[in-house]
Amino acid sequence: MTKHSLRDFRENFMKSLFLIGGIGTLLILLLIFAFLFAESFNFFKTYDFWDFLTGTEWKPGASPEMFGLLPLLAGTAAVTVGAIIPAVPVGILSAVYISELAGPKTADILKFAVELSAGIPSVVLGFFGMIHLVPRIQSVFDLTTGQTALTGSIILAIMALPTIISVSEDAISSVPAALKQGSFALGSNHWQTIYKVILPAAVSGISAAVILGIGRAVGETMAVMMVTGNMAIIPGSDIFLSSVRTVTATIALEMGEVAKGTEHYYALFTIGAVLFVITIGINKIAEAVKRKHKQVT
Amino acid sequence: MNATESKNAFSYEDTLSFENAIGFENKYLYEQDPAFSPEMNRKKAIEVKDLNLWYGGNQALKKIYLDIPKNKIFSLIGPSGCGKSTFLRTMNRMNDMISNCRIEGKVCVDGENIYGKGIDVTGLRKRVGMVFQKANPFPMSIYENIAYGPKIHGVSKKEIPGIVEESLRCAALWDEVKDRLKEPALSLSGGQQQRLCIARTLAVKPEVILFDEPCSALDPISTGKIEELMAELKKDYTIVIVTHNMHQAARISDCAAFFLSGELIETGKTAQIFENPQDKRTEGYITGRFG
Repeated sequence: MTKHSLRDFRENFMKSLFLIGGIGTLLILLLIFAFLFAESFNFFKTYDFWDFLTGTEWKPGASPEMFGLLPLLAGTAAVTVGAIIPAVPVGILSAVYISELAGPKTADILKFAVELSAGIPSVVLGFFGMIHLVPRIQSVFDLTTGQTALTGSIILAIMALPTIISVSEDAISSVPAALKQGSFALGSNHWQTIYKVILPAAVSGISAAVILGIGRAVGETMAVMMVTGNMAIIPGSDIFLSSVRTVTATIALEMGEVAKGTEHYYALFTIGAVLFVITIGINKIAEAVKRKHKQVT
Repeated sequence: MNATESKNAFSYEDTLSFENAIGFENKYLYEQDPAFSPEMNRKKAIEVKDLNLWYGGNQALKKIYLDIPKNKIFSLIGPSGCGKSTFLRTMNRMNDMISNCRIEGKVCVDGENIYGKGIDVTGLRKRVGMVFQKANPFPMSIYENIAYGPKIHGVSKKEIPGIVEESLRCAALWDEVKDRLKEPALSLSGGQQQRLCIARTLAVKPEVILFDEPCSALDPISTGKIEELMAELKKDYTIVIVTHNMHQAARISDCAAFFLSGELIETGKTAQIFENPQDKRTEGYITGRFG
């Protein structure tokens, strides 16, 4: 073998290695996708699609069995919205503080703290919520149980914060210094510059941060399951103070005890598919927002 | 404070004597040329006394004394790293944003030391505007870019459309953008963006405008437009410009100052600096032997 052809061989070998990597990823994704939707298809052979989508009761043990999606969706929506309402403003304010107002030392300490809190396992947070949050919520609001959507929201807000802070902080820090100087040179103060120039210029990254935070909240299972009570009912006006069950918690709770091939089994895969669609939707929205508001650099 | 008012606050019949009004450091500037009649220069826009500036332990400006006359174009020239941009930025305190920067001495704008106690820095920057090397329009519409300054200074909503039009006209941009005020400023060409930045500066009605190499990123035609504009603007404003372009300094400025290694080597009217420099180092730089 000449030197030249050896080089060609190595080149082709490396190329195919990368190709295998790329195709492998795609294959795994397609398999999961196919599996998830095939099982869902099985479910709709015996259960009406509209009954599933608009059903208000999830009662796998009852006869006839009821697999209504709405209570689970309501649970997920309640804890997610409840988490995002405090997490977004607190997260953005923290990001502004770290990138614009804090001194270099303080900023470093805060960044380190944010990184650390991103690393807390969700089960630990759930445990913390169970021990400390649940009894307090119960006594403060005088409820029969402290396992409520609110409790789940607080835990989820804590979990979503590191994502929101670090992604927003990146976006704010990458706003060009020239814009900031231009604003200062016109005689605006730091607050006006942050509010009117820096934040609008970073809006794409900040939106991405918020959407990623929402994604984290929607997909979280363990911590939420531990503190929300898991009652599959559609909450009324006291939505945040009632027990709820999320889509993810339902799968985690029921998958262990369901017999393979039953309608209930297929139903769980179907709500898995629903979760999948929601997540894809959130990512698509994030992309669209990014395209619409290009980061100014 | 109303900037226009203060600009007209002195009259040519001002009783202040000419000799007192100008600093002894560059007195000859006014004595040698009838164009610099005492009436024109009764007041100095900016007066710099014994200015020293350090970045950490490194002294970037050494004992600068310089007077900048009103309604003239004053160019600061010198090789890269000579301190001319740093000096420009001392006049609107943009160096405040650099954490290890230390300043001693006086810079007086309209007689008031801007490094004195109790100085309102945002008020100062409203009076001393700045146009940067690279055009830096805000990522908003053309209209909003101009309206930004007046809005933050609390100008009433009714007046803003008028100010926007006037500023764009002054910056010779109105005819090009009047039908597309709502479009993003970033859709303009580089030269238009730089004129937009000038218009944005004019909108807050400053007394002095500092230009930090405003044409270094522009093509010759855009540069020509900006130069014409500056010649127009000096009727109402005092202009200080940092430029690397010797020809530009010679073409547009009335006075010039030559900096080298943080020192002010020579200052005078532009023609004299370029045709008959008093210092060997100035001559060397002008004739292209270094820099």
